Amino acid sequence: MAPHHRVAAVLAFVVAVVLTPREALWAFGVHAGVLVAVGVAAGVEPTRVLRRTVVEAPIVVFALLLPVLGPDPTTRVAGMNLSVEGLWGAWAILAKATLSVVAVSLLVATTSIPEVLRGLARLRVPALLVAIATLMVRYLQVIADELGRQRVARLARGDDPRWWFQARAMATGVGSTFVRSYERGERVHQAMLSRSFTGTLPVTAEDRVGRWSLALAALAPALAASAMLCAAMG
Amino acid sequence: MSASLRVSNLHYSYPDGRSALHGVTLRVDDGERVAILGPNGAGKTTLMLHLNGILTPASGSVEVGGLPVTPANLREIRRRVGLVFQDPDDQLFMARVADDVAFGPANLGFSGEDLAVRTLNALEQVGMSAERDSAPHHLSFGQRRRVALATVLAMDPRLLVLDEPTSNLDPAARRELAELLVASQLSTLIVTHDLLYALELCPRSVVMCEGRVLADGPTAELLADDELMRASRLGLPVGVDPRLICPPLPTEDRP
Repeated sequence: MAPHHRVAAVLAFVVAVVLTPREALWAFGVHAGVLVAVGVAAGVEPTRVLRRTVVEAPIVVFALLLPVLGPDPTTRVAGMNLSVEGLWGAWAILAKATLSVVAVSLLVATTSIPEVLRGLARLRVPALLVAIATLMVRYLQVIADELGRQRVARLARGDDPRWWFQARAMATGVGSTFVRSYERGERVHQAMLSRSFTGTLPVTAEDRVGRWSLALAALAPALAASAMLCAAMG
Repeated sequence: MSASLRVSNLHYSYPDGRSALHGVTLRVDDGERVAILGPNGAGKTTLMLHLNGILTPASGSVEVGGLPVTPANLREIRRRVGLVFQDPDDQLFMARVADDVAFGPANLGFSGEDLAVRTLNALEQVGMSAERDSAPHHLSFGQRRRVALATVLAMDPRLLVLDEPTSNLDPAARRELAELLVASQLSTLIVTHDLLYALELCPRSVVMCEGRVLADGPTAELLADDELMRASRLGLPVGVDPRLICPPLPTEDRP
């Protein structure tokens, strides 16, 4: 399946999930079923996908507060008075966010980052945004390594940060990494210019598009969209 | 023998007014390997950035294969001059090795099968074709240096310019890089303060200090000149006599 078809399929699936009425529990069951089927077909380990759902944690905290802080009327759940509206809101946020994160996790588990970037470019995402994402993917790792080396160098000189007032050394390190990254940006630009860069990242690889690529990619979002439409109209 | 590179009376000052080059003149013949030696701050990297028009001189001129470095010629000049930067992480900015190697030729207008063949050939030249789908981050430093070399070889340059190519390399990676440079048979400028590497690879060296050319001649003779070495803040390790070391690897005749 071509990367741009996969990216578009995930985007369409997420839109269908987001538009599904929160009361249509069966429709969310269909969405989850679609994801399970895709995961099984792609041979993705469930633990790998579940680990990635950790990025949802801040949303989960927010959703859990809604039933407590929501408006009346309330209902009694496990000995606590919880807002009915808040419970529905929490359910909608948790279900939609989890399904969306799992869909993106399946994409990342089955598609390399360069392929995703090529897919975005093929879908006519502005070239500047794709270029920024390309550089970010590459240099986040370089900068993370740099911060790691700084940390080891601090520890080697007896730094033992435990309290907020000891954060100065770390903050200074982050600041100097920012300046160094800026300087690196200039050097990277020079290196790009020296290889005839004129302002737009060229197409450096092309993906073969199989005959059934689009049909296969459309299957999952089509099912999700059908469930969403049935729920919305029914 | 025709000149691959001709630099004439080059002057340059940085925008903050710091003067970096004071009348540098230099000629490199086809197929010649020349080392540019000098301490930190000598102007070596600034000179290098003039060779394919990244920096524009205040006065003086640069010609590559007879073609002057001017804004109108930049595209062809950048194809002819392959700059390999000191830190491969500055040069390898794409998420995949093959995309990085393809970047230069794609900018020159290659696409499809032609681009794929160029990319693969360049990676094969440096022995890295098996890593074409890897992320640069997952390669060793020596491997990244070789891929950085492939990124310019893919542009089919006439002149290779390497900035401190041996920094952070282990002995095996140094040897591998030396073999690649000899095998490439290209005119090569090696900007370095690794004097033994220059002695090993380059029959001729140019010594720079404070933006000027102090000396230009056979590498072994320059390195044996104690006065010159002191004046240019260079020096071989204690006990090393360059005249007793075997002569540099030969510069192959171009086919």
